[in-house]
Amino acid sequence: MTEARDLLLKIRDLRIEGRSDEDWFPIINGVDLDLHKGEVLGLIGESGAGKSTIGLAAMGYTRDGVRISGGSVEFDGIDLVNAPARVKRGLLGRRIAYVAQSAAASFNPAHRLIDQHVEAPVQHGVSGRSDSIADGTELYRKLRLPNPDEIGFRYPHQVSGGQLQRAMTAMAMACRPDLIIFDEPTTALDVTTQIEVLAAIRQIVQEFDTAAIYITHDLAVVAQMADRIKVLLRGDEVEEADTRTMLSAPKEDYTKSLWAVRSFERTEKPLAGADEVPVVSVRGVTAAYGDTPVLHDVSFDIHAGRTVAVVGESGSGKSTTARCITGLLPPLEGEVLFNGQVLPADYRKRTKDQLRQAQMIYQMADTALNPRRTIGQIIGRPVQFYSGLHGLRLRDRVNELLDQIELDPDTFYHRLPSELSGGQKQRVGIARALAAEPEFIICDEVTSALDQLVAEGILRLLARLQDELGLSYMFITHDLATVRAIADEVVVMKDGRVVEQGGKTEMFHPPHHAYTDLLLSSVPEMDPDWLDRLLAQRGVDNIGDAAVDKM
Amino acid sequence: MSAWLWIIATLLAVAALGWVFRAGGRWVTGNAPRFRDMSYGEAFGFALAAAALAGGTWLYLQPGAVFFRWAVQGFVIFAVAAYLFRELGRLIGTEGTRKLFRQMPLTAAFGILVILVYSFVAIFAGQISLRTVIIVAVVGMILTEIVRRNTGDAAATGFGGLVFAVNLVFVVMYLVGPIAPHGQEQVFELANVVAGGDPALGGNPDFPLGTDQIGRDILSRLIFGAQNTVGIAFVTTLLAFFLGGTLGLLAATLGGWLDQLLSRGVDVLMAIPSLIFALLLMTIAAVWAPQTGIPLTYFMIVIIAVIDSTRVFRLARAVGINIVVMDYIEAAKLRGEGLGYLVFREILPNATAPLLAEFGLRFCFVFLTIAALSFLGVGIQPPLADWGTMVRDLAAFINYAQFAPMAAVTPLLAAGAIALLTVGVNFVVDWMLQKSSGLKE
Repeated sequence: MTEARDLLLKIRDLRIEGRSDEDWFPIINGVDLDLHKGEVLGLIGESGAGKSTIGLAAMGYTRDGVRISGGSVEFDGIDLVNAPARVKRGLLGRRIAYVAQSAAASFNPAHRLIDQHVEAPVQHGVSGRSDSIADGTELYRKLRLPNPDEIGFRYPHQVSGGQLQRAMTAMAMACRPDLIIFDEPTTALDVTTQIEVLAAIRQIVQEFDTAAIYITHDLAVVAQMADRIKVLLRGDEVEEADTRTMLSAPKEDYTKSLWAVRSFERTEKPLAGADEVPVVSVRGVTAAYGDTPVLHDVSFDIHAGRTVAVVGESGSGKSTTARCITGLLPPLEGEVLFNGQVLPADYRKRTKDQLRQAQMIYQMADTALNPRRTIGQIIGRPVQFYSGLHGLRLRDRVNELLDQIELDPDTFYHRLPSELSGGQKQRVGIARALAAEPEFIICDEVTSALDQLVAEGILRLLARLQDELGLSYMFITHDLATVRAIADEVVVMKDGRVVEQGGKTEMFHPPHHAYTDLLLSSVPEMDPDWLDRLLAQRGVDNIGDAAVDKM
Repeated sequence: MSAWLWIIATLLAVAALGWVFRAGGRWVTGNAPRFRDMSYGEAFGFALAAAALAGGTWLYLQPGAVFFRWAVQGFVIFAVAAYLFRELGRLIGTEGTRKLFRQMPLTAAFGILVILVYSFVAIFAGQISLRTVIIVAVVGMILTEIVRRNTGDAAATGFGGLVFAVNLVFVVMYLVGPIAPHGQEQVFELANVVAGGDPALGGNPDFPLGTDQIGRDILSRLIFGAQNTVGIAFVTTLLAFFLGGTLGLLAATLGGWLDQLLSRGVDVLMAIPSLIFALLLMTIAAVWAPQTGIPLTYFMIVIIAVIDSTRVFRLARAVGINIVVMDYIEAAKLRGEGLGYLVFREILPNATAPLLAEFGLRFCFVFLTIAALSFLGVGIQPPLADWGTMVRDLAAFINYAQFAPMAAVTPLLAAGAIALLTVGVNFVVDWMLQKSSGLKE
């Protein structure tokens, strides 16, 4: 079907180098890419695979400290590598547009949305200001933004993240470009919000017959969006095929391993007996930040050796519950019990042993590890603090912990966090929690900042540690695939209340609460027809935030 | 009227030159991207720079432009010295320092060179005692041992080499004797000798930079001035950082009413113009000093340190607040760590880059404040040599600039010494700020 269409973008043997310290090192080692008019190409790979770099190179642009060292990029017959700045200026924004990952960071906070929207058409002389405002409103309506006539006159901070991402897509469409590059447009969004943006992007791309490069690390998302998929690994192309072939019959081992990530699933442990004392018991906790109430009468139990997943969108009070348990935010009402004993509400009033028993692993490993301390110091400090070990015995214990998290002690002991990859940092975070020899660990979105392969490794590690050490986990997440993989019990939260709780199998089978149903149905599946089916099933106005508002 | 015409004509000529330069560049290089994508504004900038350079050359050749010639010569000499210094740094030292010098801009190399030269002059202005040499050697050995225990062998070897070099310099300078040819208080019969050392022009080879109005050697006083002014400024800045840094980080960590109390107190102190406030306090101190028997200089150090610590407090607090919200601080708090561990092990190491950069800037401000106070007559007291006082005492000579450049240069020497250090320190600070912000990326 693609042969009949004209070739729009032709990349041949593209080589890109980046500068680090004093040397140039390769980022892309010869990638070929063809894109026809009206076609959507999905680029997937782990972080550092060079997806975004290729996406930018398709516009003839490189980031600072990066250069195109070889190969060619031709857009509609124009050589973008050697094109004069004047020619590129005429193309960018008009015939090639770019949608960035974080719309919140990409809009200028000082100008209204519509003013930023009309900039490109007016600059390029495509249409006048009033015409493009009218056109923008029309695009907003097409993308089903609420109040399309007014929303453009708001400032970026007055609009939610999902709406902002759709406004950004409308802005990219302003000049009706031939090619749009979407760089992870839904990665920062909640599942329920993501689905709206996906539906909007797909609809508008089809309607205007725009070609697109869709960059993401989420396979299920790319399966909905792309006609063809290209898999990248550290600057090399692994394979390329059309979406259905790629999903059903991947050729390379790496692609197969990417596909297999979602198959990791632990068998659910039976629910604990009623007479068993839970390790942690949250009883009727109500909490507020100042005068803003955040939690309302939250209660659930976590039993020894079990994993309780707390699920909900951002702002639903998941992390606040964790803060109440650790004592960072003393609850207004209710109490937290540890092995049947009431814990003091404020962490400063807790004994060293009480503090030791409950540890935390954080979402962002970058901010969770002190950048100026070595791995040995980071892990060694809690060991020394709680057990008082010194010298060689301390070193032995740290080595033991590093072995447990599958990092080589000799290599990593003296390194700084900045010298580690994201997954390795998260492992160090786990080791720091383990160093205190706790019974209970709170995992706050520990895998959401990681690539799927790496995240799977972390989940497997956590599962193994649980079996070996009999730990209890409270697993905060918004990703239901993670829940399916690791949880025994699930607690669904919305607006600071527990909406539903129960065993995992029970939760994944209907009937459930309307909100749980929405959450479950919004998780993209690896089936290219999933989005079509869902839209047919629920209707365009009954997904995402629109559906949440109706509840 | 004709002046306006001249200016407009010159600008038009430069504009035409810019256009010709860009067009010519395109033609000669066969439309290379460098010239092809050059905007007209950039081309105009090149033309303007060329015109300025031509104008400078013309002025340099004018017989009357003595000071301009000196400035240009000084600039070239400093640039060459900085370049040579950087090349030296690239050859000598450990792998780490060599890499540092390879990436260093010339301005930073110049700044480091100036700081090194000033420290050298300040330390060895007078004859150093044998005790100083021994203390330096012992402290060096202790430091080397500490470094050896805390870091890898490579760093310890490098540090040991540095300590050895410093010790060697101290021993050699102990044997060579003082740098300053005369004492700072020594008064000679010959007053107002002109700089240059040429007897035909009223100079004296014994006093290459001349003598002041009561017959003290200006070269010696300049050298001792480095010791007094720079040394006192350094101590004052250290004190200001100790005060402001500790309180600022404490306010950031604890927050609440302590933060409010300290911050509002600092606001009150900052609301008063600092130089006038310092003058006021110095006047009071001038009365107290003879009564208590404490030298006025000590009062000055404390007063300036307290006033400047308010700025340090604000920076330390702002930096600290950004660090306190990090997850690793939360982890440490939940572990039950004490305040000391939080501030000194978790927060301070992450605040060093901005604080160090501020140290450089603050040092300049303190140094200028001391010079200003001395210039006004309440700072460092005679007979101690001080650059601010020297500028004030010799200021009248600037009137001879037109017909006797050598006589007019005397007040400029001390002023130039102040300017050079300020510029040098700022270059180093800029470089450090750039490095630390680049690392965050």
